[in-house]
Amino acid sequence: MNTNPGITNLSVEQGADLGRRRFLQAGAGLTLGFCLPAIAAEKLPAAGPGKAGEGLAAAVNFEPNAFLRIGADNSVTVISKHFEMGQGTYTGLATILAEELDADWKQVRVEGAPADAKRYNNLFWGPAQGTGGSTAMANSWEQLRKAGGAGRAMLVAAAARKWQVGEAEIVVRDGVVGHPASGRKATFGELAAEAAKSPVPAEVKLKDPKDFRLIGKQARRKDSAAKTNGSAKFTQDVFLPGMLVAVVAHPPLFGARVKSFDAGKAKAVKGVVDVVQIPQGVAVLAKDTWSAKKGRDALTVSWDESAAFRLGSAEILARYKELAKTPGLVAKQVGDSDKAFAGAAKVVRAAYDFPYLAHAAMEPLNCVIRLAANGCEVWNGEQLHTGDQHALAQLFGLQPEQVKINMLYAGGSFGRRANKDSDYVLEAGQIVKAIGGRAPVKLVWLREDDMRGGYYRPLFHHALEAAIDQDGKLAGWRHRLVGQSILIGSPFESALVKDGIDAVSVEGAANLPYAIPALTVDLHTPRDIGVPVLWWRSVGSSHTAFSTEAFFDEVAAAMGKDPVALRKELLAAHPRHAGVLELAAAKAGWGTPLPARSGERRGRGIAVHESFGSYVAQVAEVTVKKDGSFRVDRIVSAVDCGTAINPDNIRSQVEGGIGFALSSLAEEITLQGGRVEQGNFDGFPLLRLPDMPKVEVHIVASAAAPTGIGEPGVPPVAPAVANALAAATGKRLYRLPFDTRELAA
Amino acid sequence: MIRLNVNGKAVTLDVEPDTPLLWALRDTLQLTGTKYGCGQALCGACTVHLNGTPVRSCSLPVSAAVGQKITTIEAVDAGKVGKAVQEAWRRLDVVQCGYCQSGQIMSAVALLSANRKPTDEDIDNAMAGNLCRCATYVRIRAAIHEAAKALA
Repeated sequence: MNTNPGITNLSVEQGADLGRRRFLQAGAGLTLGFCLPAIAAEKLPAAGPGKAGEGLAAAVNFEPNAFLRIGADNSVTVISKHFEMGQGTYTGLATILAEELDADWKQVRVEGAPADAKRYNNLFWGPAQGTGGSTAMANSWEQLRKAGGAGRAMLVAAAARKWQVGEAEIVVRDGVVGHPASGRKATFGELAAEAAKSPVPAEVKLKDPKDFRLIGKQARRKDSAAKTNGSAKFTQDVFLPGMLVAVVAHPPLFGARVKSFDAGKAKAVKGVVDVVQIPQGVAVLAKDTWSAKKGRDALTVSWDESAAFRLGSAEILARYKELAKTPGLVAKQVGDSDKAFAGAAKVVRAAYDFPYLAHAAMEPLNCVIRLAANGCEVWNGEQLHTGDQHALAQLFGLQPEQVKINMLYAGGSFGRRANKDSDYVLEAGQIVKAIGGRAPVKLVWLREDDMRGGYYRPLFHHALEAAIDQDGKLAGWRHRLVGQSILIGSPFESALVKDGIDAVSVEGAANLPYAIPALTVDLHTPRDIGVPVLWWRSVGSSHTAFSTEAFFDEVAAAMGKDPVALRKELLAAHPRHAGVLELAAAKAGWGTPLPARSGERRGRGIAVHESFGSYVAQVAEVTVKKDGSFRVDRIVSAVDCGTAINPDNIRSQVEGGIGFALSSLAEEITLQGGRVEQGNFDGFPLLRLPDMPKVEVHIVASAAAPTGIGEPGVPPVAPAVANALAAATGKRLYRLPFDTRELAA
Repeated sequence: MIRLNVNGKAVTLDVEPDTPLLWALRDTLQLTGTKYGCGQALCGACTVHLNGTPVRSCSLPVSAAVGQKITTIEAVDAGKVGKAVQEAWRRLDVVQCGYCQSGQIMSAVALLSANRKPTDEDIDNAMAGNLCRCATYVRIRAAIHEAAKALA
């Protein structure tokens, strides 16, 4: 066993410093500073709960640091501090470490880390462990390279001692340590016990990228086998002895509370064990899910709606449009906008509306909690370890380290499982508390609970105007946004909300890359809207990319310029934007004719956007029928996310991001009198296989540090499609979801 | 008591007859590969085979499955087609979050069992009922073609 924890601390600190600096240079969004309300990070334990670091002393294992364990059975286990929701983190993080370790990819397995922010914090978030903002690869890059390199050095030292040869004579390749001069060889497993006695190196020499054998190559996903034979374990699949399943009657309006309830009929349902009131509603506990659901359906609950939020989406939008008539707080000011507009030869104006959107992951929210004498244990697709750990500790009167979290696969999340209020996790905790902890509880949200449970992508209204001067140049750009803040009231508020401006409300708008002499971006943040909102895959860029890139096309048309040519002209100072733009345009055959069959209109559109430090351009090709209905035939993408750790996973994430974004062209959560009108996939229709276009993903070769790819594939899709529809029909759409009747011939 | 034939085995379950097959499989038999997604046959995550035909187990009362051969993802590799589909899925790294993939695979196996050389249109028709929020659709289509090739 490792007796010198120095390497871990060293690599964490150095990695943090490097990562932060690089991140600041990248200028991306949701990544700086996570503020813990109660307990300082220093007080967290050095060894936390979970599988890693527990009960391993019995086996002859080699654990040079918190991220690596080599077993006598020759297994290499990489401990992932980030959760796997589909984005490929387990595979990507293991690739980084295995590269520097020179492991054989086949011997590598991945295990979710326990909740322990001291060892497993997100280096971009300060003292908090969690996954989000497409930060997993970026913040782990240096850290895991050093972790793998340290392990390799200790294996080499062990072999040198054993064989009485110089370390410089030893080579490591594909999981085998060898001494070519003598022909001696040993596997990692054979050397594990000896390597555990090696001193932890003070410094680790990292590979020259030209020697990479896994990074940039084809490392297969580590979760493919388990996810294709039904054995992968999600929270929904956890069963504990004596466990009860809870289904909850939630209030019909945000802010409503239980007034009274009659549990008589519910308790008469076979299998129902108990009915308890909790702050979030009334929970029915049963021996199985179906009985709990039947019990909940049999409940009669009377709700106190006196403090409930009662506006509908139409009223909210009308208010936002009124607000947009007055200036908001200035988020960005460059040059003299008043002068640019006063002297304009032509002014272009447009306004855009974006609805509330549900994350609608395929696995509805759920959480398993067991209370014991010395703490509580959680089973969860855990995205915000530290926040949830603190929330449960507070609820149960425990220390955070007494809250043990077992990390499971998440059946999607798209941000929803990282809840700033720990909503569903606390709900599970409240139920356990209400029954005095006498049984472990699996809280199951049915699809309707999930879809009506709030924490949506916020509804937004944008108003833009552009000034074109006497010389036909784009001289001024004003962008006003109206929408709820995601970060106010969250642990990120102190770091990312400045002077009342939530950085993620205006990300993608305030950092408009185009060289325009005068730029004004201002923001209204209504605080009296009682609909809970949350980060949704690509966060602010999920709406700002649309308004900026669709409007840019309209401006280009008003100037009589080609949309690609004008972008190139104004992106001279932003080579990475320009690089993906030109690559996507070239691969898509921008400027070449797009043949249309009779009765159909076809068009091509482009958009480019940076989010989370990654640059993506997309060209969409569409076919529009007479009635305005359309299909997206093809999307050509170019992406620059720095060093491509796993190119196939980058392609996979961009393919999926495209489908996710296309889905949003038809999605919306609407409120009527405060009530959410959708409940299932009939009212909130996700993209289906027949509507998925052909996709091409081209990756820009780069030696820059890696940035994320889970989210950046999403933002440019919708504006590229809108621009393609405008090219095909001459009609522009200003509201999402699209009303295709507006495109009728 | 309900008697069922699941993955070639006779089992007896103490569940109410109106219990959906999905919950009998998951909560009673702990065959958790079959997933709950919507409860209304809208998403396909719960797809299993009833005598080889794909059905949405969330909307099928367990009483209606009596006397039928039920096959779940856990036993799909017992057949040649199931194995080919699984292998194609792995070769192309189709999965992302993976939650819907049991249902996707069950639908794909049913398609290929009935039609060894499906066209894109056949795939559209057979797979339109299976939602994937990660939108792994490009690879699902490719993997079905790949499995068809392997079976040819």
